[in-house]
Amino acid sequence: MLDDRDAKARSKLFGRRAALLAGAQGALFSVLAGRLYYLQVVESDRYTMLADENRINFRLLPPPRGRVLDRTGEPLAINQLNYRLVMVAEQTSSVEATLNALSGIVALSDGERRRIMREAIRKRSFVPIVIRENLSWDEVSRISVNGPDLPGVTIDVGQTRHYPQGRAVAHVIGYVAPPAEADLTGDPLLELPEFRIGRQGVERSYDLALRGRAGASQVEVNAIGRVIRELERKEGAPGHDVTLTLDVEMQAYAATRMGEESGAAVVMDVHNGDLVVLQSNPAYDPNDFNKGISQSLWQGLLTNPRGPLTNKAIAGQYAPGSTFKMMVALACLENNITTPETRIHCPGHLTLGDTKFHCWKKEGHGSLDLVEGLRNSCDVQFYELAKRAGIERIAAMSRRFGLGQTLGIDMPGERGGLIPSREWKLATTGVPWQQGETLVAGIGQGFVLTTPLQLATMTARLVNGGFAVVPRLTRDEFTGARVAPRPEPGFPSLGIAPAALAFVQKGMNEVVNNLRGTAYKARIVDKEMAMAGKTGTAQVRRITEQERRTRIRTNEELPWTQRDHALFVGYAPISAPRYAAAVIIEHGGGGSTVAAPIVRDLLLAVQKRDKALGRQKVAEVVPEPRPAPTIAR
Amino acid sequence: MASVLDITAPRLSPFEKLRQINWTLLLLIGAIASVGFAMLYSAAGGSWEPWAGRQAMRFGVGIVLLIVVALVDLRLWLQASYFFYAVALVLLIGVELAGVIGMGAQRWIDLGIVQLQPSELMKVALIMALARYFHGASLDIIGRPTFLIPPLTMVLIPAALVMRQPDLGTAVLLIGGGGSIFFMAGVRWWKFAAIAAGAMVAIPTGWRMLRDYQRQRVLTFLDPETDPLGAGYHIIQSKIALGSGGVWGKGFLQGTQAHLQFLPEHQTDFIFTMLAEEMGIVGALGLIALYVLLLGHGFAIAFRSRNSFGKLLAIGLSVNFFLYAFINMAMVMGLIPVVGVPLPLVSYGGTAMLALLIGFGLLMGVYVHRDMRIGRRGLGDDF
Repeated sequence: MLDDRDAKARSKLFGRRAALLAGAQGALFSVLAGRLYYLQVVESDRYTMLADENRINFRLLPPPRGRVLDRTGEPLAINQLNYRLVMVAEQTSSVEATLNALSGIVALSDGERRRIMREAIRKRSFVPIVIRENLSWDEVSRISVNGPDLPGVTIDVGQTRHYPQGRAVAHVIGYVAPPAEADLTGDPLLELPEFRIGRQGVERSYDLALRGRAGASQVEVNAIGRVIRELERKEGAPGHDVTLTLDVEMQAYAATRMGEESGAAVVMDVHNGDLVVLQSNPAYDPNDFNKGISQSLWQGLLTNPRGPLTNKAIAGQYAPGSTFKMMVALACLENNITTPETRIHCPGHLTLGDTKFHCWKKEGHGSLDLVEGLRNSCDVQFYELAKRAGIERIAAMSRRFGLGQTLGIDMPGERGGLIPSREWKLATTGVPWQQGETLVAGIGQGFVLTTPLQLATMTARLVNGGFAVVPRLTRDEFTGARVAPRPEPGFPSLGIAPAALAFVQKGMNEVVNNLRGTAYKARIVDKEMAMAGKTGTAQVRRITEQERRTRIRTNEELPWTQRDHALFVGYAPISAPRYAAAVIIEHGGGGSTVAAPIVRDLLLAVQKRDKALGRQKVAEVVPEPRPAPTIAR
Repeated sequence: MASVLDITAPRLSPFEKLRQINWTLLLLIGAIASVGFAMLYSAAGGSWEPWAGRQAMRFGVGIVLLIVVALVDLRLWLQASYFFYAVALVLLIGVELAGVIGMGAQRWIDLGIVQLQPSELMKVALIMALARYFHGASLDIIGRPTFLIPPLTMVLIPAALVMRQPDLGTAVLLIGGGGSIFFMAGVRWWKFAAIAAGAMVAIPTGWRMLRDYQRQRVLTFLDPETDPLGAGYHIIQSKIALGSGGVWGKGFLQGTQAHLQFLPEHQTDFIFTMLAEEMGIVGALGLIALYVLLLGHGFAIAFRSRNSFGKLLAIGLSVNFFLYAFINMAMVMGLIPVVGVPLPLVSYGGTAMLALLIGFGLLMGVYVHRDMRIGRRGLGDDF
């Protein structure tokens, strides 16, 4: 009976505990149901989004970058097809065997083989591995012929930027490079491994227009990134071509003509501001920057004393020397301080207080009127004229001609030079203006700094009838990524008396075409293309009293960095000025012997080229109001 | 120990027994297995190959086995219990030794046709052995602590072995399933408490026994977001797939996450996720409902049985089955660590399916022999 009691107790216990167990199980299943409700109902939207993010990938289709062309349509920057040899590991029978087969067609170094094997292990087997870039046509055709024997090996076409003209247009075109951290705007296009952004020159200034709009492809991928299918595709738009006013043949000619010298040359249309030449020497090869420049090459460019990385035409600031004398002359004529007939005596120096200001001609020029003063580039005459006009009037006149300010050229790095004034000096140095500094400024030395582009613009404004022409690189107008033809510019008049301009032009004419002119040797004999201009020799060192007493050392005796800068500004043809030019050769010596011949050659070449291209009538097609030159003496 | 079968005892002929088969139980098992076939068909991208077809074939074999097991006299199973346990234990030690020699985590013995996982056999054998041990034991005897030492050893040895394999999931199933028999036999609450306290003390030791990847699983379970591409990846992807299924699901064969391989092991451990993705919460709750019905049936069978071996066996098998299903589902929902337990009757896997169906065969046997009275030692009726 004990057993019976025990059996009853056990049965009761069993029932109780079984209910407990069942209850516990029910509770746990309820937890699962609750969890399901939370995941699949409450949070469902979030997880649906995450699921789509998982499986849908956006792929950007990079647009081809726009080309840069010169005024004749000659390409300066293009996209070159880059034939790449690509291997998909999973489609090959064996990576090793495929490489062996390939080595008979393209030479593969051991290092390259190791890199490829490493990538084949690291990357997923369907991701293409680049074996070799920039295949030659020969290699492409040989691989294509052997295609059937090389499963998994394909030729893939990418695009790389190429500058067919190389150094000749380096500074204007600039170059492209992979975007830096600071360039990233959130536009995913910039994060594509092959994307290049304009880094310098017009590649940078017109980058948005050249870039184009990226297309997009929406693909479904699986967990390891393999594309299953394309869901949607939106085509992009290729970048705009940019046509420059530059003439690449002239540009290359300027580079050759300057040779090894360091300097800059600018040739511009005096009426519409078209820049035909904008050359800075020495240059770099922009193609070196495409795939990332080597450290040694970059260091070489950085430390080169002739500054190949600087665009000296727009960023080089030089004392203009005697090319500044036209500004001083106009400051006097326009303010009725002197007349063209005012004669000034040059005994070889001018004394102000205790200081002697020397003329470049030690024995003096004797008595000279304005035209003679320009022709001989007499320093004493311009000391005197500057003293009479005062620095403020000279500064005001210079600014009207575009000096002392940036001209708004569409390129990064343009600098404004410096036209000093009393206010400026007090503000920057804390020392009041000295009259002696006015005298030095009168011959374009001292504080005065100009860029070659400014000097060319100044010359253009002197000879185009006194209009405030502004230089330009393209005839199109760029607003962000949009491009529209720029309306033909109508420049405001500077309001200079035509007669005054005529006298200055006469002086510049005599500099070149008068037997006693400082640049007579650099004249253009052909009357139809004849050139006028002004020499300049800018001193970069101080000549001591002692050296003056004994003998001033010639440029040849000085180290390169202490030699004078050679400058020349000119225009042609004299009868109907069309082109203005400015050349500076750093530490080149005399403006008349070094810079003037280069300007002559450039002006002659550009006129001949226009004739050859049938372009010489352009000035008449776009008539500019200009007064008839009245030369009175 | 006498192993002579008392042939006078059976009161039912095999044909009569066949008529006693619980068709509802079979129907529920078939329904759950069919959900599995459908999901395996979908997992293969709408194909019977390579999973659904084989799974169905094994199920067919298993059902025959189930019925054969059910028809065998329950007392025979009672008497064979310790023998089965011993065989399973030997096999378990065998793979452990092979694992040591092979330096790997091999969990199965290759029999040519089928790869036998001793741990799967052990799940059934342990419950049988424990049911036999407690069969007919009076509460007085059970109250003696010394009486509990042999069964505790019977649980802990295989649990420690599978833990070393390392198979955390199976270890939990063995301890949980075994524990349920202790509980149902009437072991007092405070003894469970004492063992739980002992286990707490043993946790540091257990932690050391875990392999690095298992520790990682526990750690990433605690905060899966810390390692989204590593060990936490499975949980996160599983939750994404589940959540994106919504109420009605993406439709049969339309689950994107599973088919695009974001979901790992979607034919085995994560098959429930795939079901929830394609059939939504409706499908998921439907499967849970089937499990509840099946478990309810198991408990009902335990109540109907008039012998304590049958009662304990039915409860142990049911609890084991419950733990199986719960651990798997809680795991894929991110409620517990990923321990590698398949979803019973649904996940792809041969041994697990056969072991489960043998277990259900025993449950069915308990039902068929529900009115049989079995003596303390299993010899004849004991009124």
